[in-house]
Amino acid sequence: MKFNRIYGLFLRHFFLITRSFPRVLDLIYWPTIQITLWGFISNFFASHSAYYNNAVGVILTCAILYDFLFRTSIGFNMLFLEEIWSRNFTNLFIAPIKISEIIISLIFTALIRALIGLIPAILLTSPLFGISILDLGLHLFFLFLSLYIFGITLGIFVSSGLLRFGPSFENIAWSTMFLLAPFGCIYYPVEILPDFFQKIAFALPLVYIFEEARGILINQSVDYQNILKAFYLNGIYLIIAISLFYYSFDKARKKGTLINIGE
Amino acid sequence: MNNSVQVNSLSKSYGRKIAVKNINFSINENEIIGLLGPNGCGKTTTIGMLLGLLKPTEGEILINGMKLEKNKISILQKINFISPYIELPKKLTVKQNLIVYGKLYSVTNLSRRIEYLSEKLRLNNLLNTITGELSSGQKNRASLAKALINDPRVLFLDEPTASLDPEVGDFVRTFLENYKKERKISILLASHNMEEVRRLCSSILMMKDGIIIDKGKPEELIAKHGRKNLEEVFLKLARNKNEI
Repeated sequence: MKFNRIYGLFLRHFFLITRSFPRVLDLIYWPTIQITLWGFISNFFASHSAYYNNAVGVILTCAILYDFLFRTSIGFNMLFLEEIWSRNFTNLFIAPIKISEIIISLIFTALIRALIGLIPAILLTSPLFGISILDLGLHLFFLFLSLYIFGITLGIFVSSGLLRFGPSFENIAWSTMFLLAPFGCIYYPVEILPDFFQKIAFALPLVYIFEEARGILINQSVDYQNILKAFYLNGIYLIIAISLFYYSFDKARKKGTLINIGE
Repeated sequence: MNNSVQVNSLSKSYGRKIAVKNINFSINENEIIGLLGPNGCGKTTTIGMLLGLLKPTEGEILINGMKLEKNKISILQKINFISPYIELPKKLTVKQNLIVYGKLYSVTNLSRRIEYLSEKLRLNNLLNTITGELSSGQKNRASLAKALINDPRVLFLDEPTASLDPEVGDFVRTFLENYKKERKISILLASHNMEEVRRLCSSILMMKDGIIIDKGKPEELIAKHGRKNLEEVFLKLARNKNEI
């Protein structure tokens, strides 16, 4: 694995972002709007709901965590789609870059993109709503890490589809997160879901992450089992996603998708 | 003379559809070979396999004596490709694109290489221009600079002068001729411009329906088929199956 090549691919996206003010604005704009909206909703529920009345900012904290997941996943897909839209796919795949180097570079770049959007939004929460996500303490790091891994995993799954099926898979790329959101139990406890849905929810790391976030903020207790379960499931899904990406690349080479991809 | 590219019994099928069938050829060092044939004859598929973008159904490709399938990264380090159908990222400047690809190809002394190519390809004043804002001719020269950024030993060209005006087309052809002489590289040129092929190529492969139907030096093919020029030979072979 060569750092130069990973850095080269990172630079391609770094140049793209830093050249364009509207792109930076776009990265910041949506998380800020999202979090401002959920901040007001959170304040309302804190004063009108028995469930939340002891923990101002539970909804807002979960909204921030979900937004981080969303930005990471979409960010990864966007980096991949950017190559398709700019008809640069062939140039990229005839360069001497390994699949593992592409994945690592995109993982890192997706993190930078997500943080550009999220940090200003998080900084706003304290003066606007008197809430700090840092109330989650050290555990916040584990929750963020877990969400980051799952976001990347989803990104790799979708990119595998883009490799295999080409740009026609683009719509799926946009809708994945919306499909999983109800099962993630982001804003409500898992018990709300019907039994069958609960089974699906427990097979995803999201439910453990958001249950844990609520547990810390509402009950001031930490259940390390939840954090471990989330990491365990993340590990399994990440391995499957990376294997699928390699498989899709091989299939694309057989089918000729790498030559014809692009709009 | 050393074979830079050796293609042995290469075939590619998509299910029942055969795109390329059992082709064999080689390209020597310091040689330009032309790949001619009607649209859909298998030229792009052949180049796709040579670039590692497509997995051959059968056969093998050796570049500088190494098998492509087993040494993909080392081989890709030494080859490159230009086609009007693929583009450099439009939002980046020419220089940024060259830096990105220089890094991807792990080019040493990248600044000096960019300086050298900008000088040779008349890109000096365009380095800080957004690639998407370049004219066709300028884009072509920027793509050529990208294709030469790694000082390739083998270059694959797919219609490199398509859509260029005669002056830029001539500049590109002259540049390629001189660059080949200077660096003694091997080039595979797929083109529909017969004059270009006759001028640049020492030998020609004629493809039709996925197979190589004839090969030889341009003059030899013209004489063999009793035609006035390469275009007439192309038309004769493309239209008549019995001439194979």
